[in-house]
Amino acid sequence: MSGIPHDHYEPKTGAEKWLHRRLPVVSLIYDTIMIPTPKNLNWMWIWGIVLMFCLVLQIVTGIVLVMHYTPHVDLAFESVEHIMRNVNGGWAMRYIHANGASLFFIAVYLHIFRGIYYGSYKAPREVTWIIGMLIYLCMMGTAFMGYVLPWGQMSFWGATVITGLFGAIPFVGEALQTWLLGGPSVDNATLNRFLSLHYLLPFVILALALVHIWAFHTTGNNNPTGVEVRRTSKKEAEADTLPFWPYFVIKDLFALAVILVVFFAVVGFMPNYLGHPDNYIPANPLVTPAHIVPEWYFLPFYAILRAFDGEVWVVQLASFITGGIVDAKFFGVLAMFGSIVVMALLPWLDTSSVRSGRYRPMFKFWFWVFFIDFFVLMWVGAMPAEGIYPYIALIGSAVWFAYFLVIIPLLGVIEKPLPQPATIEDDFNEHYGDDDASGGTPSGERIPTPAE
Amino acid sequence: MFRKLAITTATALSLGTGAALAAGGGGHVTDYDFTFEGPFGTYDQTQLQRGLQVYTEVCAACHGMTLVPIRSLSDPDGPGLTDEEVRAYIEMNFIEVYDDELQDWRPATPNDHFPEGSYEGAPDLSVMAKARAGFHGPYGLGLSPLVNGIGGPEYIASYLTHYTGEEMEQYGTYLYGNETFDGGWTQMAPPLWDGQVEYADGSPNDIESMAVDVSAFLMWAAEPHLMDRKQMGFTAVMLLILLSALLYLTNKRLWAPVKKAAKARQPAE
Repeated sequence: MSGIPHDHYEPKTGAEKWLHRRLPVVSLIYDTIMIPTPKNLNWMWIWGIVLMFCLVLQIVTGIVLVMHYTPHVDLAFESVEHIMRNVNGGWAMRYIHANGASLFFIAVYLHIFRGIYYGSYKAPREVTWIIGMLIYLCMMGTAFMGYVLPWGQMSFWGATVITGLFGAIPFVGEALQTWLLGGPSVDNATLNRFLSLHYLLPFVILALALVHIWAFHTTGNNNPTGVEVRRTSKKEAEADTLPFWPYFVIKDLFALAVILVVFFAVVGFMPNYLGHPDNYIPANPLVTPAHIVPEWYFLPFYAILRAFDGEVWVVQLASFITGGIVDAKFFGVLAMFGSIVVMALLPWLDTSSVRSGRYRPMFKFWFWVFFIDFFVLMWVGAMPAEGIYPYIALIGSAVWFAYFLVIIPLLGVIEKPLPQPATIEDDFNEHYGDDDASGGTPSGERIPTPAE
Repeated sequence: MFRKLAITTATALSLGTGAALAAGGGGHVTDYDFTFEGPFGTYDQTQLQRGLQVYTEVCAACHGMTLVPIRSLSDPDGPGLTDEEVRAYIEMNFIEVYDDELQDWRPATPNDHFPEGSYEGAPDLSVMAKARAGFHGPYGLGLSPLVNGIGGPEYIASYLTHYTGEEMEQYGTYLYGNETFDGGWTQMAPPLWDGQVEYADGSPNDIESMAVDVSAFLMWAAEPHLMDRKQMGFTAVMLLILLSALLYLTNKRLWAPVKKAAKARQPAE
């Protein structure tokens, strides 16, 4: 795979040859884990393993949880408390599962930021990027439906608000919303189908993740320089790369262990920190919580959704042009989904011929603006939509869209990139040749590098 | 936690500390010290027993606790009553449950849950200590709960001790001024008065002591496995630190020859 010249699996024993002629599965596994990997990968390349770990963790804990959970509006809340109190280790399963979702999203956001900073989405890795975006969408759907299952107040009202978004679609919205909910409002039918889909989607994610891996094993990994591995000869390829096993497996496992220290500290000492206290109040369709707040990982997009109210001139203009079909609510929905669509279109919006942000001085500045914007949106998404907050949300949303639709296409034209190293080998030698290697740390790297 | 830390970085800590107060009155929370706080915190069994007494003699008049099995009173990490004491507790307090098969009320057994509240307006207290947050902010950044904890029991204790003494009638309902309750007015009349509950061990029974005791008990009711959880957290963190150290050394050793070669081949400048 990957078109990088390297040694392939050769069946040696009789049994291996027997199996290889019938099913080359060992060969597949061998070539996958021995893939030549650019040796200059930094610590932002660990998130893939963390994500794979999260997916498996969530599936395993989820399968155990569902054995004890009852998807019924009268029993769901109680059955979760049953898990917390009576099931052996049930509290651990549930807290790991709930906080595992947060770890999953922390990892996916850093993984995406890594991809954006180092231009991992650029040719020939567009398909990897698009599949990644599909995975991200599935993750959002899965997490959203999972949050509904405990049937607390935030579950119920979150489901009501989010499914209401589909109701905002002109003409078909109301019918679509009823179809999604299985009735006129969030009720038992909704809870049942959400459990069903919450169980299904992780396996879709698993399949997509395998395709994601297949795709980047075909193109080869990107790396902090964005310079491609030399494929002209095996010798040159070996100077640029190291096999994934053991070099990167051990490195990634080390990073994973450090991350899990923090994760288990959260699970053990503050498991409800990232949750909302209202979700320990059983769902009550007659009492609306004062502030309906989604989980933290949805907040940036929730902020974009709410930013476009009827007082924004763009919304008024859209409403006027379409004769009122696109009202403020629908505009917000379009903006929210649009904010992810523009991210998915990044490979075609980016006009720069240089792949890695390391050699793009102007891009670097705008990348950090975008990075901060993401967290500002996250923060403002949790605040009530009153006072100054809607204005901050609007500015944040404008920056979001401007980044993808104006700045990124423009930068490729006006920016003068810095010189890039000729080969990955040069970059690696330069980085480690120095006695205090810290001098060459790329700016996208935020974790200290004790091992390198 | 990551989010909060990241947000902190993002906003460059230009914001002050101190809990943000909820709009429209209320929001005062005193940061009471509980024994179960912190990574090594444990429940104080005698305090849980006192809290159970306050719950039984005061709260249970109106509130229910339907998610908590009565047998869990004998958990060694909880109030730690003996089986006989649990049976005596049921008998002495005439705890009855409605039996669907008998279609009638009958005396509870240890395997039954605490009964429902008798007053419709009184919320169930099973997970109340996790359903309220004493600490938010500042400005939605979540730094306060990162340091002080979420503050459910602090909220309950503050709520019970911060009645203003004012009353008003609104649409036929009496409301009582409270510095903690959101909005500043609550429907529950001040439930505690000094010396209301006579503790067997002679512990102080002023309003504040009783409020703190019952809050600790409600935290246990909401999170009976808290001590197991902290134990697991500590073990997991220690083992993972060890694993990290071993993997760090493995990784260092694995990469050493590669880096040495790189140094030898450093391009001349």
